[in-house]
Amino acid sequence: MIQVEQLSKYYGARAAIRNLSFRIDAGEVVGFLGLNGAGKTTTLRILGCVLLPTSGTVRLDGQDLMAAPRQIKARIGFLPETPPLYEEMTVGEYLAFVAGIRGVAPEGIRSRVVETEERTGLAALDAERISTLSHGFRQRVGVAQALVHDPDVLLLDEPASGLDPVQNVEMRSLVRSLRGDHTVLVSSHILPEIAQTCDRLLVVRDGELVAQGTEAELEERLGLGGGVEIELSGPVDAVVAALRSIPGVRGVSVQPAAPGRSVLRVDAPDALRPAMARSALQAGAELYRLDVSADRLESLFLKLAGRSGTA
Amino acid sequence: MSAVLLIARRELRGYLRTMTGWIIASSVLLVDGLLFNAFALEGSRRSTEVLTRFFYFASGPAMVAAIFVAMRLLAEERQLGTLALLYASPVRDRDIVLGKFLGALAFLSGLTLATLYMPLLILVHGHISVGHLVAGYLGLLLLGSASLAIGTLGSSLGRTQVVAAIIGAAMLVSLLLAWLLAAVTEPPFSGLFASIALHNAHFPPFQSGQVHLRDIAYYLLVTWVALFATTRVLEARRWR
Repeated sequence: MIQVEQLSKYYGARAAIRNLSFRIDAGEVVGFLGLNGAGKTTTLRILGCVLLPTSGTVRLDGQDLMAAPRQIKARIGFLPETPPLYEEMTVGEYLAFVAGIRGVAPEGIRSRVVETEERTGLAALDAERISTLSHGFRQRVGVAQALVHDPDVLLLDEPASGLDPVQNVEMRSLVRSLRGDHTVLVSSHILPEIAQTCDRLLVVRDGELVAQGTEAELEERLGLGGGVEIELSGPVDAVVAALRSIPGVRGVSVQPAAPGRSVLRVDAPDALRPAMARSALQAGAELYRLDVSADRLESLFLKLAGRSGTA
Repeated sequence: MSAVLLIARRELRGYLRTMTGWIIASSVLLVDGLLFNAFALEGSRRSTEVLTRFFYFASGPAMVAAIFVAMRLLAEERQLGTLALLYASPVRDRDIVLGKFLGALAFLSGLTLATLYMPLLILVHGHISVGHLVAGYLGLLLLGSASLAIGTLGSSLGRTQVVAAIIGAAMLVSLLLAWLLAAVTEPPFSGLFASIALHNAHFPPFQSGQVHLRDIAYYLLVTWVALFATTRVLEARRWR
């Protein structure tokens, strides 16, 4: 679907991105991960036809971006880091305007606007002026403008930037709902946020692609042990023994928690979480929490995207 | 509707729905009215002479208004990040420039035609020809169009609206004062400078009720060159 080869962009002597090459298949939701200044926005702006590369090629279904920019633009929806909104317009007017300039036939514009508003949770705000909307709804309008012409490819640059936790969950759910209908490339500098949404990750550091794959593949390649935290009450020793007996569990440590409860840190792959839950319950424990260790995601992110690590 | 017209319509609505548009419109109409009352109507003159002076005094505010109307066209889009929306759409850069220019020109034209009550007062109380009226307004619109195009170029070069207005005004004043250079240079440069002066060389016939093809061609050429340059600036910005 999208084929990027040897893509570079220089601002004077400084390289914003260098020889980036990757491929994204149709229907995939791919996360573009990197620290601020790693080159995510520059890459997305090039893919979105806003910026021209210094060298390299971008192909969409074999069609070169530079050779047929208008045809390719009609197939791409792009949400920049700052949603491009005309504040004096209402949501409906704005989406109709965007649909019009993106080539939707006049008779189909209203139905596309209504459909997009319903999909992005903006139906009740059709007649609201954009200037009166909260940050969360502005982000949604930003996503809606990228979707309104029903593009094959969606490029979302930090769509959850500045959102509160509830809005963040809603945005993740919205991005997940696009899987299958659209090919999505979504950038972020927050690994937990992107890991829950995407099928695969592309990691950039200092303008270069340093790793790609699923979260589990990246962990394996980096030699990171899995990390699962279980908060429970009950016979801790019995639970520890039961967990250690599961093939694949490399170690279990007990950490203090709230009175009457314990937190077990289990060094094991994510895939063993159901088996761990079963064993803990069979050993007589009551489970309060079982999830991937936040420390693990953090260390994975630092190893991948941090300036001192290597992948 | 074509992308050009969609962009033009949005631009026009932008002026009508924001304070900026109404502030520019009310200021220009106020200044026009004051100049008309203070200078065009002063003393005892024939109606035709009053109308000629009206067009002369209306040309200044028209040029200033054009710069203020144009300053937001592209500089504001860059500041707000909305230029990315247009860049990412299947629209040619020249269509973006043309659409924005036409929207601004529609606003400026409406603003210019809103001064029509002053010549109508002359018509009611004196005797003027409709031809003089049409020629004068054609001149104002052409001068406004050329000034607006220069302002649009300034807007594409400036990072902020204020800088855009300064750049646009500097280019406009350079063209306005070209006749001064004509006075201090030798041929063929004196002839060249005299012929490119934006106001002195080409507006007086319109204000007197005369329409010459060369004056129309001059204003259209200035408009085209400025918009062409704006398109090139927009294209070049994709590299940065």
